[in-house]
Amino acid sequence: MSTPVDELVTTTTAEAPPVPVRTPMSRLAPRGASPWVGRAVFVAFAVALFAFPELVLDDPTRIRQWAEYLCYAMVAVGLDIAWGYGGMLALGQGVFFGLGAYAMGMHLSLEQVPDGGLPQFMDLYSDYDSLPLLWKPFQSFWFAAGAAVLVPMAVAALLGLLVFRRRIRGPFFALLTQATALIFSLILIGNLQLTAGFNGLTGFNEIFGRSKYAPDTNRWLYTITAVGLLVVVALAMKVVNSRYGKLLVATRDSEDRVRFLGYDPATVKTVAFAIAAGMAGLAGAFAAPVIGIVAPNQFAVLPSILMVCWVAVGGRGTLWGAVLGALLVNWGRTTVSEASPDAWTYYQGLLFVVVLAFAPGGLAGIARRVGERARARLPRRSAQAEVAA
Amino acid sequence: MSTVLELRDVVVDFDGFRALDGVSLRVERGELRFLIGPNGAGKTTIIDVITGLTRTASGDVLFNGTSIARRREHQRVHLGIGRSFQTPTVFESLTVLDNLDLAASFRRRLPRLFARRRGVDPAIASTLERIGLAADAHRPAAALSHGQKQWLEIGMLLVQEPALLLLDEPVAGMTPRERLATGALLQDLVGEHTVVVVEHDMAFLRRFASSVTVLHEGRVVSEGTVEEVQSDPVVREVYLGRSRDERSGAAPVEVTG
Repeated sequence: MSTPVDELVTTTTAEAPPVPVRTPMSRLAPRGASPWVGRAVFVAFAVALFAFPELVLDDPTRIRQWAEYLCYAMVAVGLDIAWGYGGMLALGQGVFFGLGAYAMGMHLSLEQVPDGGLPQFMDLYSDYDSLPLLWKPFQSFWFAAGAAVLVPMAVAALLGLLVFRRRIRGPFFALLTQATALIFSLILIGNLQLTAGFNGLTGFNEIFGRSKYAPDTNRWLYTITAVGLLVVVALAMKVVNSRYGKLLVATRDSEDRVRFLGYDPATVKTVAFAIAAGMAGLAGAFAAPVIGIVAPNQFAVLPSILMVCWVAVGGRGTLWGAVLGALLVNWGRTTVSEASPDAWTYYQGLLFVVVLAFAPGGLAGIARRVGERARARLPRRSAQAEVAA
Repeated sequence: MSTVLELRDVVVDFDGFRALDGVSLRVERGELRFLIGPNGAGKTTIIDVITGLTRTASGDVLFNGTSIARRREHQRVHLGIGRSFQTPTVFESLTVLDNLDLAASFRRRLPRLFARRRGVDPAIASTLERIGLAADAHRPAAALSHGQKQWLEIGMLLVQEPALLLLDEPVAGMTPRERLATGALLQDLVGEHTVVVVEHDMAFLRRFASSVTVLHEGRVVSEGTVEEVQSDPVVREVYLGRSRDERSGAAPVEVTG
């Protein structure tokens, strides 16, 4: 207990030295560059997104495939907010993606039949005489679109409040979300009369008044999906750059500290989880017409885990990493599968092992490290230049 | 003077181990109260009880005359109770400025948190100066030294303007100079704030405390001014005497209180 302080304290006079003040206020000016860099990258990405089918993709099938990848990128961005920024390993995003896809799929199914008519599968599998109550409001496009986003958000908010208030986190949360994915697919398969069961909703020949087979339909789907992705990315940028975004990262790093700053971590996490769910739901709404089929196996456990892998490969905690991860992994899957149909599973496994072992920050982590090395060299040069001058 | 904080017969039981065994305590407005005692005496447990990290088995905790024993942690912060931790816990991946800004924004409603921070609030800027971290405002908190992190944590408390500050070993690991600066900061605070400090450093206590509570094995054994406590034979026996012999102040019970 006796330290040099004893002497120091007993010998100094009543006046203790003030806390050292080091710099003028001008240093506090916000670093001007950062929001603008983000905006510039966003504009560049938008231009690339719209130019891509013109310059690179010639075949309508390819354009449709890329529109599908764009949907997955939306899911990845939302998942990145929950997992990368919020530390919640959500292994059940397929549920929210599926809820969105079913909402829009129900609307599309009704578009194929005259007003008030039953969707085709109901004639086959059900004994309904008129449209069931659950289906009726989906005749409206806007209801379907709203439900595609709001239902997943509501489900996530409810689940989140239940789980996070009880301070369930880490692997327990991951397992719980995975269980929801399993339950969701079982409910879909079990309610054949309402959901078409295992076969799912399909036969969307008319898509929002356009024929599925018209030459420019795929192009049009790509364009609206790209707009959707840009909206999602812009929203996500706004979220992660806001105070709330910082609070989310803070909650990920130290929940207790956040609590003793006067915030309720359960609320913070629930909001992030709901945002992620809303984005997945929106992605599902776009995916229904783009993929052309909405079936339980698309949203069960395995696809939900793969969604996490896209983000891991791209680099969690960076929005662009999530986008690129989803696009590249899915493009890789298509490319490899076309060359040798069974090989993708092995490549995918290898890819994830390599990423986890050698690049835990994913592609974005590699890019950052390269950037840091380049920057580390720069000041040395400028310092030399100053000396020379 | 009015009573800010009162503990009435508080008992905390960790699976049969009585960390607090009927502690009663009053802290008046504007006091700089030190809690001392050997390891395992229950000092940190008292802070945990006041802030809600630990629940009481029996007894009551009153803040400004109303019981807070049933309130959740973040609600107690909103009432005006702030705390620091033994090991400085700041958000390492955020910048110093963002750490302070988050602390200062705790009364904002959630929708208002979605706005991006623009500029620097004058209160935050002056706190940055006060804790000597203005030059490091844009550095990630992970890059700070141990002492700087402790100051950042104190700064995060200051911008929240709590009526009651609970500091758990605020000068542990600091250099002598940093200790003096921290002590001066604490003396600055009292008056408008009430401060309760857990501290091992007797020299620091002698210099800055306005009143002292001595704990031993979960009970209050003495209370009063520094002089009163120092001349109390019981204190000499259980704490000061022992610590002089053992230097580290280690008690037989090796539980961090």
